[in-house]
Parts: sequence; C-alpha cells; structure tokens
Amino acid sequence: MFEVRDLTASYGPVTALDGVSFTAPAGKVTAVLGANGAGKTTLLRAASGLVRPTRGTVLLDGHDLTRTPVERMSSLGLAHVPEGRGVITELSVEENLRLGGLHRADGAPPADMGRIYRLFPVLGDRSSATAHVLSGGERQMLVIGRALMATPKVLLLDEPSLGLAPRIVAQIFDLLRSLVEREGLTVVLVEQNARSALSIADRGVVLNLGRVVAQDDASVLSADEQLRHAYLGF
Amino acid sequence: MQQLLTTALTGLTLGAVYAAFALALCLIWRSTRIVNFAQAPMAMITTYVALVVIDAGYSYWVGFAAALLCGLVLGAVVERVVVRPVEGKAHINAVILTLGLFIVLHSAAAIIFGSRYRSFPAPFGLRGLKVGDTSIALTGFGIFTIVAVVVVMALLVLLFRYTDLGLKMRAAAFNQEVARLLGVRVGRMLTLGWALAALVGSLSGLLIAGGSLVHPGYMDSVVVYGFVAAVLGGLDSPAGSVIGGVLLGLSLSFVSGYVGSELVALAALVILMGVLLLRPGGLFSHTAERRV
Amino acid sequence: MPTTSTTSSPGTGSGTASAAGPGTSRFAGVRRLRRRRASSVLLRHLLVALAGLVVVVLVLESTSSFRNSQLASMAYLGIAAGGLTVLTGLNGQLSLGHGAFMAVGAYTTALMMQDSDPVMPIVGVLVAATAVSLVVGAAVGVPAARLHGPYIAGATLALAIAVPGIALYFDRLGGEQGLSVLVPEIPVWVLDAVYFVTGSELDSTKYVAYVGWLSLIVSYVLLANLMRSRVGRTWRAVRDDEVAAEIAGIHLGRARVLAFVVSAACAGLAGAVMAMAVRITAPSGFTLNLSLVLLSAVVLGGLGSLTGALIGSALLTFLPQVVTDLGAGAGLTDVQAAELAPLVYGLTMVAVILLAPAGIVGSIRNARRRSRGV
Repeated sequence: MFEVRDLTASYGPVTALDGVSFTAPAGKVTAVLGANGAGKTTLLRAASGLVRPTRGTVLLDGHDLTRTPVERMSSLGLAHVPEGRGVITELSVEENLRLGGLHRADGAPPADMGRIYRLFPVLGDRSSATAHVLSGGERQMLVIGRALMATPKVLLLDEPSLGLAPRIVAQIFDLLRSLVEREGLTVVLVEQNARSALSIADRGVVLNLGRVVAQDDASVLSADEQLRHAYLGF
Repeated sequence: MQQLLTTALTGLTLGAVYAAFALALCLIWRSTRIVNFAQAPMAMITTYVALVVIDAGYSYWVGFAAALLCGLVLGAVVERVVVRPVEGKAHINAVILTLGLFIVLHSAAAIIFGSRYRSFPAPFGLRGLKVGDTSIALTGFGIFTIVAVVVVMALLVLLFRYTDLGLKMRAAAFNQEVARLLGVRVGRMLTLGWALAALVGSLSGLLIAGGSLVHPGYMDSVVVYGFVAAVLGGLDSPAGSVIGGVLLGLSLSFVSGYVGSELVALAALVILMGVLLLRPGGLFSHTAERRV
Repeated sequence: MPTTSTTSSPGTGSGTASAAGPGTSRFAGVRRLRRRRASSVLLRHLLVALAGLVVVVLVLESTSSFRNSQLASMAYLGIAAGGLTVLTGLNGQLSLGHGAFMAVGAYTTALMMQDSDPVMPIVGVLVAATAVSLVVGAAVGVPAARLHGPYIAGATLALAIAVPGIALYFDRLGGEQGLSVLVPEIPVWVLDAVYFVTGSELDSTKYVAYVGWLSLIVSYVLLANLMRSRVGRTWRAVRDDEVAAEIAGIHLGRARVLAFVVSAACAGLAGAVMAMAVRITAPSGFTLNLSLVLLSAVVLGGLGSLTGALIGSALLTFLPQVVTDLGAGAGLTDVQAAELAPLVYGLTMVAVILLAPAGIVGSIRNARRRSRGV
C-alpha cells in the first residue's frame, strides 16, 4: 500500500504541493487527476525523491520513504516513470530494459527480460534497435517494461497517454489494467486525460493548485458531473 | 616517396596518441559536459610520478603502472573534490575552473619536480625498423604506442558495451535523472568516468614522453590537439575521437614535414575552425547546423 | 575608476519633462533626457579620468624607477584585462588567446621602432598597433562569434599556442631572439612640460610608464562609455539570454564580433606598451602563460567590471614578487619560489569559482546589493 501524508513541496517561492494526503490501496490503480499545474507531476517527483518535500511523509507498506535518496527507491520497490517517458534514446531497447533490471527490489527474483517481451511483443521485435527509432506508443511500453524489470511494488506513472493516439492509449491502459489484476501491482497513475484514466482506475484523487479537492472510488468520481466539469474537463 | 612514407608513419604514431587524449576528453565531455583542459597537466604529473619511480631504480613497467594508477586516482579526486560543485552550472565556470587547475598543476609540478628538461625512456627501441634493406620510420616504440592505444580502446569498448557497469556509466552520461530513478549511483559513475579518462590521458602522456623530453609544459599543446581531434570526430563520439586523432596526426605530420614544424599549431587551429564552422557536430555528423 | 552597474540610474530628467512646453511632443522630451543622461555619463567618466590622472602623476613621481617599471607592467596588463573583461564579463565569450593579440600589437610596435630615429611619433605607433590588432581581431572574431562555451575556449587556446610558432616561422620577426625595441627619445616639449609640472627629470622608464597609464586612462574612458551605451546594453542582453536578444532584434553575430574586435584592439594597445616597457618582443614572451595570466586578472577582479580588471591587474603585477619573496624566505629555491606565484593565483582562481563565481568585485557588489535590499 502506498500512502502520502501532508506532503508539501515548493519550487522556490512557489508552493506546488500543499498538504496532500491520500492512500493508494495495494493491488489497485489510483488515478491522480487535475488540470495543468495542479501539482500532479510534483507529487510523483516528491514521492520518488527527485524533489525534496518541505513537509510530510511518503510510506510504502508502512516504510517511510520520505528522506530516502532517489537511487535507493528502486531497490525499495518504488518505480517512477517520469514525465516525458524517460527513454534513454542513445541506448538500445534491450539495454534500456537491462538497465531497469540492474537495481531490482530487494528480495525480488532475478529480472526476466523474456517476461517483458511476452508482455510487449513489439519490444521483442525491436530489441536491438536504438530506442530513438521507437514510436511514442512503443516508447511508453518500453519504459513501463523497464520499470517492471525491477519487480516494483508500486509503479508511479506520469502522463503515459501524452502525445499518443487514442487507440494506443487504450491499448496501453488495457495492458496496465491486466498487469494490475494478474500481478497485484499497485499503480499510481497521473493523468490529464481523466476520462481514460478513470476508466481503468479503482480509486481517484483530484488535485487543484496543489491541494486535494476530492478523493473517492473512481466510479463515484466519474458520476460526479459537477466535479468533472470543474476540475477534470469532461 | 621515402619522405611521404616517413611522414605518414610518424603521423600515424602521433595520431594514436592524439586519439587517446581525444578519447579522454570525450569520456569526460559525455558524462559531465565539461572539456577538461586540465587533462594535460594531469597527464604530465603522472608521467613525472613514473619518472620518480624509474629514478628510484624500478623498471619502466613499474613506472608505467604507477603512472596509470596515479591517473586513475587523480581523475577521481579532481572530479569529486574540484569539479563536482560546478557540474550542471554555467559553462564558463567549468572552463575557468579547469584552467585554474591547469595553472595550479603546472606550478605544483615545477615546484615539486623542477622545471629542468628530463629525458624519458622508451621501451622497444627508438631506431627505425628494418624492412629488407631499408629502415622505415616506424620504431619499436612506435608500434608499442599504436598497440597500447588500440588495446586500451578495445578494453574500454568491452567495458561500455558488455558490462553492467559500462551500461550504468552510459546511462548516467545520457540521462542523469532517469538513471537515478533506475537506481544508478550517478555521482559514482561520473567519478569513475573521470578516473578512466585520466587513466587514458596518463597513457597518452607516457607515450608522448617516450624517447622525448619531459618538462612541466610538455603536454600543453597536446590538450589542444586532443581537443581538435575530439571535435573533428564529434565530441560525443568515442569512435570519432579515435578517427579524428589519427586524421589530425597525419595532417599535422604533413604540415610539419612539408611546411614547417613551427606552423603545426596554426594548422591545428585552422583545422579546428574549419570543422567548427562547416561541420560543428564533427566530420561524421549529419547536421551541418548546430545551435551553438 | 568608472564602474559598470546593471541598474539604470534613476530618472534625473524629471525636470526636463516638466519643462517641456505644452506644444512639445513627449518623445522630444525623452530624447533630450537621453542626451542629457549620455553627456552626464561622459562627464562623469572624464572627471574620474582626470582624478585618475592626478593620482597617476603623484604615484609615478614619488616612486622608484623599479616601481615605475612595475607600474608600467600593471598598465599594459590593465589595458588588456579591461578589453578582456568587456568580452568575457559583458558579452559572455571566453578567450584564452588574447596573448596573441598582444603579440600582434607588440610585434607591430617592434617593427616600427627598430631604428633610433623612428618614422612616427609614439602616439602614431600606438594607434598603428591598435589598428593592426583590430583588423586581426576582426578576422578572428568573425568565425569566433559563431562559437561559445568550451568551443571558443578551445579555439582561442589553439590560437594562444599557435602564436609563438608563427613568430618563429617568419624571419622578419626576428626568430627566436625576437626584435629589440628602441624606445625613442623623449620629445623636448614633453620633457619641458613634465619638468614644469613636477619639477623633476623624466627618464625613459617613467616615460613609458606615463605612456602606458595615459593609454589606460584613455582606453578605459572609451570602454566605460561603450559599456554604458546602447552597444554595451546590447552586449549584456546577448550574454544574459541569446534567444530573447535575437527576438528583440539584436543581431547576435554583429554584437559578438564587435565585442571581440574591441577587446582585441585593447590587447593590441597593451602589447604595444608592453613592447616599449620590456624593450624586446620575442616568441617566448607570448606563450600560453600570458593568456592565462590575463584571464586570471579578469577572473580575480570579477568578470564584468573595469574596476575589477584594474584590481586583477594590480594583483597579478605586485603579488608575484611578494609571494616569491615569501617563498624564498621559507627556504624554497629561486626557481621554486618563482613558481609559487602562479600556484597562488591558480589556487585563488579555483577558490573563486568554487566559492564566489562572481569574482571578487562581483561578489562585493552582490553583497552590497543584497544589503540594500534590491
């Protein structure tokens, strides 16, 4: 279970996160939604340690991750796929994946690239290609696969649908959903595309200007028209 | 014909050394986006260390190993202590820092080791090898030079391509943030990168010193030639550095032989400006345009 | 000495605006305001220059011949450092090769001062040397303007190490021995004038020192005006944000070349004075070390202010002797003690970058600004 309590973070004088608290239950997809600038990306960056929070705690299965250095997160079971995907374009597909498996979660079985290729066959076809040549959808699959190589307990995904055609988005979201159901992965999904995100999410958290304005089951949030119009754009 | 062959062979040997130095600069550039102008006096100091060891009675090879080891340590220390604070900041800081270091190492060497010109041994002989009846401009030491550089490069390729450590170092160089998220200790990788680069630079220093005279300023022009070679091949490309080094060595050898040795540095400048203005990404880049 | 500041002076023209009659357009008022401000800046610089001149006379007259020659060194270092400060601090281009332009100025001077009966007066020689360096500076500056960061550093470094070789190659330049420079006889009117003002005789060392300091004062006034003018603002804009500057209509290349040319001209003038002070120009005088010393002067004093360049030049002229003496006193050999000075200023440079990237003067200014609450 992934939990965030009273998390506060600033960029200089600008407070991007203001006392954010929510719980992402284990084995479920929790969508983090809100408009541009709501603080969603900062939330993930503060959780994974790229940004140091000024206040608050981050807990994974009860372990306090708050002041842990970024490099340790992978072995503690937290995987963060950053905004923009973070494909290392100079490396090949296989090298990207191999890199992901180098610092797997403590106690996890050895990284299995074959498993990733079974999940994402297109990566198998392109395994020796430089990551540079992959399409947007393929890149997204690559970074998810790379994160999975470390057998994480929780996967933080920052706007996976960005720049992708709706068909590809649907494909990837289906994949995520089945991963969660099959393997019990906990996913925290930051998305601007709230409708698609809520369609695969169990829980939802809505942010606005760095604060939580709503936190509930996904179905409840989807049904709340006023909320949707105010913060989610549909 | 004879002069042509001599010039070419000299150029090839020299090119191997420039290739090594260019490779050192390239390694550091790739990982930290800094051109380490202090690489030259760093190599000079490790050569002096070798000299001290050899003077104390040990064999050339012990001195050789000592120099390489010193290079490794010196590179690591410089990165961790001096350069780390300016990584990621405005370029001008790093340039001035490495130049300050350049000055410091120069004078420190003069104070500790003296400014006299010292001769440095060269294994495998300095006489031209005999092919049939004629002796050609390739010496035993020249062959050693080329072989040593090729071996070091092969080892580096093996390291970067086929080992996990190499993969981590490349990841740290290409995308620090993502590498950190994936668990890579980026700081350690950068230190290691500088250490390896300094090792290669030390090798370059030893090879240039062989059979020649050593003094605190003997490597100064090499940093320029190494830089030109690296730019020729594209600062980001290790393979390019090697090819650039060989091409530069040949070109400068021809200038020295047919025009005059005094104008070699000017020729290097002209070549550098030519590449930067026409093909800023290096001879092998696809873009002629670069937002400089 | 005139300093530069990035804050514009507060409106001194409120009087002008209210004096504008009802029929006068607002723009005429602004133009008048600008002209008044510009001429007041010039006036201020000239007053400072005059004060500086008085100080120079007092100092030169009251010190020994040895000190005079040291002060001459400081003068030519200061001229070159001033130009380099404009290039690096104001425009953001780093040059490690300005020793090359000093060589151009020095050799030009030497070629013109070979005979004891020179063809032109000393001012003419200085102007010629500056002009030649200006041209060479333009030739180098045009391609250099397209580079930045480590590329221009590397290219100018290549220039610095190429220069001794070029000087060696051409026999006309005297080869390894170089050319000796005969300082011309001091014109009688100068002797008389100086005797009238100070009551003492003028020897050639002091004469060269005067020439150097007068050149420095003139060039600094010109540089200071340039820095405060629209050209200077253009340079700062280019340094701070190229893209924004370009969008604002500034021609990047032209601004950069101009900065380069100005700094090269200064270095040429400095080289001319150096030739007269040292009395010889040889390849060994223009090694990489000279360019590094120049850079050190600019860095230690603070990148971007003429005062800083002057302080840096003072440091690099007088400190080495002090350090060397300390070293010799501590038991080092002569050679070792001589190397102590570069060790010290190299370490200081490293320390400055690590601790105070704005240089000494820059840090003081930032501290002052912070205490003022700006």
